[in-house]
Amino acid sequence: MLIKLPKASDSLESEVTPQSSYFSRRSLLGGSVGLLAAGALPRWARAGEASRYAEVDPSSPPAWFTAKLADTRWQAMTVPGEAITPFKDASHYNNFYEFGTDKGDPAANAGSLKTEPWTVVVDGEVGKPGRYSLEDFIKPYGLQERIYRMRCVEAWSMVIPWLGFPVSELLKQVEPTSKAKYVRFETLQDPQSMPGQRSSFGLIDWPYVEGLRLDEAMNPLAILAVGMYGRELPNQNGAPLRLVVPWKYGFKGGKSIVRISLTEEQPKTSWQQIAPTEYGFYANVNPTVDHPRWTQARERRLPSGLFSPNVRDTLMFNGYADEVASLYQGMDLRKNY
Amino acid sequence: MRFKLLRGAVFVLIASLPLWWVYQAWLFALGPDPGKVLVDRLGLGTLILLMVSLGMTPMQRLTGWPFWIIVRRQLGLWCFAYVVLHLAAYLFFILGLDWQQLGEELRRRPYIIVGTVGFVGLLMLAATSNRYSQKRLGARWRKLHKLSYVVLGLGLLHFLWIVRADLKEWTAYGLVATVLLLLRLPAIARRIPRLITKKPLSATKG
Repeated sequence: MLIKLPKASDSLESEVTPQSSYFSRRSLLGGSVGLLAAGALPRWARAGEASRYAEVDPSSPPAWFTAKLADTRWQAMTVPGEAITPFKDASHYNNFYEFGTDKGDPAANAGSLKTEPWTVVVDGEVGKPGRYSLEDFIKPYGLQERIYRMRCVEAWSMVIPWLGFPVSELLKQVEPTSKAKYVRFETLQDPQSMPGQRSSFGLIDWPYVEGLRLDEAMNPLAILAVGMYGRELPNQNGAPLRLVVPWKYGFKGGKSIVRISLTEEQPKTSWQQIAPTEYGFYANVNPTVDHPRWTQARERRLPSGLFSPNVRDTLMFNGYADEVASLYQGMDLRKNY
Repeated sequence: MRFKLLRGAVFVLIASLPLWWVYQAWLFALGPDPGKVLVDRLGLGTLILLMVSLGMTPMQRLTGWPFWIIVRRQLGLWCFAYVVLHLAAYLFFILGLDWQQLGEELRRRPYIIVGTVGFVGLLMLAATSNRYSQKRLGARWRKLHKLSYVVLGLGLLHFLWIVRADLKEWTAYGLVATVLLLLRLPAIARRIPRLITKKPLSATKG
């Protein structure tokens, strides 16, 4: 007998959008009346599906992005019982050291990042290496909305609705060779548009590099995101293409990716190179293994109010243990932090 | 005492900063994690006030103006007030008043330990800042208050261990602190030129 046990992260049937409202949404958008009306609306109101979320900044998405939205699987994954972080917070409280070390720096400085045209290189141990414009790179994949917890290694967290596609779909396309053991993600290096890369007191050896073991990258939870909150990614959140690995600390999610390489050797990731005793290659969210300088047992869920700090317990693998714990069977997570 | 108005202005300025920050936090102008911002600003405020109070003696030597020495005690006490607020904000916003966790942090985190030692130092200085202690301790008072140099070093170390990826800001504070401490070496202190030579040196210089 086949018994299917629901995973903690599975959506309940009751949470599924009724088909009628799903289709009526499309018929409204697709209908000629809707199109005519849309023409009369200001630009921001036409910007895809941003109106799904309150107070999302107006944006001007590239045409390929808007086209993808029509077939997006909304709420493919949710975080039941936890509120989504307001867009303003998710887009104005960022670690993106290429644009400065203060949380507000990326939002203030990332306007200089030019995301069009954008080229992504796939190379290394793959059968089909290539160099793509972002539009061509994305073409084979349908977008899904994945609402994930995001736990920063600094002990704060958010809940963010991403738009993206599983890394595994990309890997199947590019055909890793038998030698491929790791995936390396490289962020743009452009001191001209990235003031943080111009600092002579910086400790990071640019470009920023992150990586996953191949089986981690193949896990269905790992996605490459091109949008959030129903719109394209704001520059400060890693536009136009970033990695999201919800069971790992946020710094594992490389932003503004220009190169994806399959490698035989474990990539030398940026934080591990600066402080190997503080940041490991795995960086799985783990409340029982502390950062040398602070505890990881608890986190501040943002927004955290002034008079009622929103402090909560951190979950093993950030609450995704059912899906990913098997990846680390037999490994000492105290050593492989 | 003299300079009533000036001292009042210093008082109002330094007292109003934390109030302004809390008001900003209340308006959500400090972003989604206002507690952390308050902790950081109060900590940096402590360090700056400590350096400013250590700058008073050299300023007095340079200008001969007695105000620098007269306002010095107030600045030192403000430095202590800021560190108390810094600590309170840390306990409330970062630890969520989890006392057991505080025990853990005190045992295991070097930057917390260094910060705590610095705090105890400032506490001792604040507790002995009154006239009564000055009289009672006599010559030992001056020696005890050289502790502020040690506290400055501890504060910078505490700060350094929080830096994650860019040392620019820390380096700036470190440079100013180095200059302040160098100015205290007798060989250098003797050579501080008097720019304005009107009044004799104040008797309370130290």
